[in-house]
Amino acid sequence: MSKEKFDYFIKGDKGKYEVVIGLEVHAQVLSKSKLFSGSSTKFGADPNNQVSLIDSAFPGMLPVINEECIKQAVRTGLGLNAKINNYSVFDRKNYFYADLPQGYQISQYKHPIVGEGKVLLDMPYGSKEIGIERLHLEQDAGKSIHDMDPTNTYVDLNRSGIALMEIVSKPDLRSPDEVNAYIKKLRSIMRYLGTCDGNMQEGSLRADVNVSVRKEGDKNFGTRCEIKNVNSIKFMQMAIEYEATRQVELIENGKEIDQETRLFDTKKNETRSMRSKEDAHDYRYFPDPDLLPLKLEQKLIDELKKSLPELPDKKKERFMKEYGLNAYEANVLVSEKEISDYYEEVAKLSDKKLAATWMMGDLFAMLNDKGLDISKSPISTKHFAELVQSIKSGEISGRIAKEVFEIMLETGDNPKKIIESKGLKQQSDPKELEKMINEILSKNKDKVDQYKSGKDKLFGFFVGQVMKSSGGKANPQLTNEILKKLLKG
Amino acid sequence: MVDITNQSLNDIIENIKTKKISSTDLTKAYINNIQSAKKLNAFVTTTFDHALDKAKQFDNKPNFDQLLPGIPLAVKDLFCTENIKTTAGSNILNNFIPSYESTVTKNLWNNGSFLLGKLNCDEFAMGSSNETSYYGNVINPVGDQLVPGGSSGGSSSALAADLTPATIGTDTGGSIRQPASFTGTVGLKPTYGLCSRWGIVAFASSLDQAGPMTKTIKDCAIMLESMSGFDEKDSTSINKKKEQYSKNLKDNIKGLKIGIPKEYRVDNMPKEIDELWEKGKKILKDLGAQLIDISLPHTKYALPTYYIVAPAEASSNLARYDGVRYGYRSKQGKDLIEMYEKTRSEGFGDEVKRRILIGTYVLSSGYYDAYYLKAQKVRQLIKKDFDDSFTKIDAILTPSTPSSAFKIGEKTNDPVSMYLNDIFTVPVNLAGIPALSLPAGVDKQGYPLGLQLIGKALDEQKILNIGYAIEKNCRFKNKIKRWWL
Repeated sequence: MSKEKFDYFIKGDKGKYEVVIGLEVHAQVLSKSKLFSGSSTKFGADPNNQVSLIDSAFPGMLPVINEECIKQAVRTGLGLNAKINNYSVFDRKNYFYADLPQGYQISQYKHPIVGEGKVLLDMPYGSKEIGIERLHLEQDAGKSIHDMDPTNTYVDLNRSGIALMEIVSKPDLRSPDEVNAYIKKLRSIMRYLGTCDGNMQEGSLRADVNVSVRKEGDKNFGTRCEIKNVNSIKFMQMAIEYEATRQVELIENGKEIDQETRLFDTKKNETRSMRSKEDAHDYRYFPDPDLLPLKLEQKLIDELKKSLPELPDKKKERFMKEYGLNAYEANVLVSEKEISDYYEEVAKLSDKKLAATWMMGDLFAMLNDKGLDISKSPISTKHFAELVQSIKSGEISGRIAKEVFEIMLETGDNPKKIIESKGLKQQSDPKELEKMINEILSKNKDKVDQYKSGKDKLFGFFVGQVMKSSGGKANPQLTNEILKKLLKG
Repeated sequence: MVDITNQSLNDIIENIKTKKISSTDLTKAYINNIQSAKKLNAFVTTTFDHALDKAKQFDNKPNFDQLLPGIPLAVKDLFCTENIKTTAGSNILNNFIPSYESTVTKNLWNNGSFLLGKLNCDEFAMGSSNETSYYGNVINPVGDQLVPGGSSGGSSSALAADLTPATIGTDTGGSIRQPASFTGTVGLKPTYGLCSRWGIVAFASSLDQAGPMTKTIKDCAIMLESMSGFDEKDSTSINKKKEQYSKNLKDNIKGLKIGIPKEYRVDNMPKEIDELWEKGKKILKDLGAQLIDISLPHTKYALPTYYIVAPAEASSNLARYDGVRYGYRSKQGKDLIEMYEKTRSEGFGDEVKRRILIGTYVLSSGYYDAYYLKAQKVRQLIKKDFDDSFTKIDAILTPSTPSSAFKIGEKTNDPVSMYLNDIFTVPVNLAGIPALSLPAGVDKQGYPLGLQLIGKALDEQKILNIGYAIEKNCRFKNKIKRWWL
């Protein structure tokens, strides 16, 4: 694969600017119950139907750590090649808001459960390592609904207390494309691990985006702005573009950049100041006295490590080695666990390379078209493998295969049956083909003469005639060979 | 007819078991006392109908194997009680009716007792005289001008005035032991984690502990046995086997080593306190215990440490009282911020506001290290003082308070002098260890004075035994005349 060069800079009048990005991703932990209570975490329940006395902070209620959430955080940490801290502390982050029942959020401040790690990105210009600063566990807040009533705000506490993992990257990202790759990679790792469903529409994955700019080649970071709570990759990319351009304009005009928190307005496609550094909350963090420090036994960490599934990076390597795929193909096929599972089942029953090509071509196009996940594919791995094998063995041509594929979609029948019943089998008997071609040539003597006198282009005409009279079933390779031989003579 | 209400809990239980009195008659006797003691203002809520129902149920189908068979009990209004108003002495919870029962009270009910009413206390347990309650100050039955101590002032007053056979309080910095000392009763603050905090309105989570308040040491053992125990709903609860404190109560203390800390002899301490302490030492020595002089060098830092840690936690614990979901909400307020401000201004009293401000301050960025973090370090040193001492001794003997009960209003305008009242009790909370106060004498005005026994973590049995021995030998008798009748 040809290697492109990294080229994302904001061009100003006075030079090129590099964009420096760090992300704080909030990923909802996949667990049946909340971080400190037994309430359900299921999405979409009626407002305030999944709220315990603890989530709504009644007097005398106490948090008790949900062990599964801890394990999920450790698994995620291991998936990010990160250091798992045997000792971590839950702190209270104090602030007042109507949808924050306790008046504080239980989070981790000085002693997070997971320390430094790294994530590998495959970019067109090569692979790039993004550092992870930390991962910590915290409670989600509830939801304030301002538009249901003209004078009142309604509060839904279903989300209140749900476990989130905040994954903080180092300021290693340099472009919206890298952000896209990074979020997708994180999401893929967590979905492989089963620790977060990565569903951005339901808010299971959101991010605060830190953006700064600096002149190309500068060693020091510029002043950063934090764009709060962006909930889609597209919006993150738009916000970064806007924000980086805004900062470059300020610098070029000799103005200072204020370190501040900004909001991205998705309708106007711009970021707006939310609060400046001076107005920053003083969260008055301190260790939550209702919870003892969390001490993880190495044995538990080791056990979790042993039980981890094969993750995308490892699987990619294996796909390249085992199935002879190139890096691009392997990358695409490991991006989702379900895709890789589908591929491996097909590859077991058919040609590995051809299976990859056909999956990434027609199958993906069809799924995309229908808006389906691969797990909902109307074509089973077994049928798909049969189709691939039919192409491989020369039973049908690629062109006919597309036709068969369409019929498979409509009828759900297996390809063998379709090929037989519709008589789509490729004509691959050289004698039969030669007989047919001879007939065609003798009917078009004038064209044969023209060809022989140098009109090479007419070769296509003969192929067309063969396909026409065979109903598209003539083996194209064989047809070529025979035609060439006969036209020479 | 004999007045059963001035008997000890243990004697009452005997009378119930031997069917000398029914639970219903017992309950009626207390209701009668309560109704004629309104002047003391010990109760915020009474639950007479509930109590009589439960008493009747017990009498119809008595179970004498329980620890508290058919016993009516009033409890501090800091314990959440299912379907019964729970105020924590505050206006902000004036209309709050929990849908749940605290673990500690549930334990008591599971042992055969039932609720007689909810007892007044300092607002959110912040106070040493029961003068910060929204429901008015409580009067000490010892004298009509005296405070009953705090924050469990309603508890100590009701107990000393025979309005409940025993009771429970909470102790964050002395809130059980000091009122016990002021009223001539016994009060125990257990090891942190022995009694569940689930369902108790929180003041300072790392210090709060529920404990019994009783007339005798034996009663104290019975109550502690009934209320304590592991609770998986409280992450700081200690998971250990339940002890049979009352069955194992022994007054033989021969050979025990009792530490006498020199730091507890403070300046300007009344002579009577010193004399009481000497009296306690003499009793112990006469009973064959060995007195050992010890030093707890960081004691002087305990009070300042406490008044950083406790308000810091309180400022956060009380943030939930915001008018959004339950409790008082101001009708004023144009927006969310104004609603918060008005609700909390109108809902909280001065002492609570003072501590929220102190707590918010010491946790603020720029001050955290100098105050909160340093206080936590000192707290470790205070704990280490005790740990070191307990390698050489079995228990520590000190006075419970630096004075007897003071007059209502005497200290209300001087918070620091009020805070100084907790000087002997606070170190124990910071160390998380158990201590009990038992009445051992009176001052020249005849007001009760208490001695404090401090044990190492989970050594409740030992300090109860030592207290049992002192109790038998000092023959203290509370001489409360029912002047309020």
